[in-house]
Amino acid sequence: MNPLRRELEIVADWVEPGSRVLDLGCGDGALLQYLIERKGVTAYGLELDPRKVTGCMARGVNVVRADLDEGLSDFHRDSFDHVIMSQTIQAVRYPDKLLEDMLRVAHHGIVTFPNIGYWRLRVQLLLQGRMPRSPALPNAWYNSPNIHLCTVSDFERLCASMGVQIRERRLLDRAHRSTPVIDLAPNLLGEIAIYRFVRGSESL
Amino acid sequence: MVKPPSADSVGLVTQHKAAFEEPLPLVCGRELPRYELVYETYGELNREGTNAILVCHALSGNHHAAGYHSEHDRKPGWWETCIGPGKPLDTNRFFVVCSNNLGGCHGSTGPASINPETGKPYGDDFPVVTVRDWVRSQARLADQLGIRQWAAVAGGSLGGMQALQWAIDYPDRLRHAITIAAAPRLSAQNIGFNEVARQAIMSDPEFHGGRYYDYGVSPRRGLAVARMLGHITYLSDDAMRAKFGRDLRGDISFDFEEVDFEVESYLRYQGQRFVQDFDANTYLLMTKALDYFDPAAEHDDDFSAALASIECSTLLLSFSSDWRFPPSRSREILRALLENNKPVSHMEIEATQGHDAFLMPIQRYLEAFSAYMGNVAREVGA
Repeated sequence: MNPLRRELEIVADWVEPGSRVLDLGCGDGALLQYLIERKGVTAYGLELDPRKVTGCMARGVNVVRADLDEGLSDFHRDSFDHVIMSQTIQAVRYPDKLLEDMLRVAHHGIVTFPNIGYWRLRVQLLLQGRMPRSPALPNAWYNSPNIHLCTVSDFERLCASMGVQIRERRLLDRAHRSTPVIDLAPNLLGEIAIYRFVRGSESL
Repeated sequence: MVKPPSADSVGLVTQHKAAFEEPLPLVCGRELPRYELVYETYGELNREGTNAILVCHALSGNHHAAGYHSEHDRKPGWWETCIGPGKPLDTNRFFVVCSNNLGGCHGSTGPASINPETGKPYGDDFPVVTVRDWVRSQARLADQLGIRQWAAVAGGSLGGMQALQWAIDYPDRLRHAITIAAAPRLSAQNIGFNEVARQAIMSDPEFHGGRYYDYGVSPRRGLAVARMLGHITYLSDDAMRAKFGRDLRGDISFDFEEVDFEVESYLRYQGQRFVQDFDANTYLLMTKALDYFDPAAEHDDDFSAALASIECSTLLLSFSSDWRFPPSRSREILRALLENNKPVSHMEIEATQGHDAFLMPIQRYLEAFSAYMGNVAREVGA
């Protein structure tokens, strides 16, 4: 199975049909097009890279060229049902503020990120003493867009401190499988983390 | 020897004229008993009539948007960068229509046309037309051409405002509104510039209250000043610095009449060239139409409410160095559309050319515009 496909499928499973979706750092619009086709959602993407914005336009996906570091001020509270941030939170300047802003514009949030606590990355740092690299983190330290990498534990602590309630967590291994074994030590065995969460004031 | 138009040009084009004998009621309360619109078309209308695109021109534009009128033309139509085979408005796929706005001076009924009631040119008696009036007149042109629904209505600046007005007034007659370097309404600064331009024209001794045709003269100096002023606002500070800096033509003259700086020479040239084929009364009308454009006014200044009933998708493009209608103004349109859950895309493009960027061959701009239009073409089977 196409690895990107697996992540998209999990995210797509969490999105209700016909809902309003905002994708932060939407790239060339692949996820949104998938959601539009499979779930009939009303979708908008935000993307900074003009080439990727153009890619969205070519797909017919609504896109706004925007810098996530400037927040989501174009959107009112509760403009969306779901706000998704796929493989992007580690590249923004203020992840905590953006998380807060996400849950202002939508009731449900979905975040995916590369877990820097993944065992292979730990081994690289421990044995080689160098900044870890992997298929999920292909860049060198000096040209990486990732300025706020975090572990599964880091993310969950941040959510707890902000009162963000995590509803569901899925972890994928190197083969992009989600096996029960991973949940024995998620911070060690999960390479890609996928979370679904809601505003803190909401009860489970 | 004149070099032939390149392969991505529509080449030689001819203009057409449509006459409308049914009176046109205007926003100002008056009506035009009859009127004509001059227009050009590029490409072919498909059998289903789904691939038509209306291009709306800006303040000083006209219906000649692309191609050449003769092999001796030095310059092509004003939007040659975007209209032609393989260009964003791809004439291999789309049927592109551009008309000269009512009140214009390039063939459509305007202040220099003969008023049927008096047998003399309208002059200052030509009614003040608005963007809404233009759109209504264009809708009648669409009827004549057998176009029930435009695949897109597109334009930059004042042309972009017409695209928005189309979306508001005829929601079921366009699938896409392409609004480039525009604003939901003019700012006080914008209106201020327009007023200075009008004062320059009206204070020219040859203006004669707008009836200068009767005297065989025209307020050329006033119109040239208006154009010089306008031209400055279309360029960015950086673009002017890069193009002219403080370069001198020769030695400093210590004389007011002489041209010292290159920028003075350029502006004087632009002014002089402009008055050769532009009518001062048209300039007054176009600036007023800009000033009056304000869809929110009918909705208690709620622009979002003004857009509530539109049905088309909207593409907004803006340019970083445009200070006449900067990207922040396009974002106002974006926000109002988002509030209504309308399909919309917005791309701010880095460009040094200022407001004029929408006419320039800027790669990122053309790529984004082409990508969007490619999807429109697929949607309408073009």
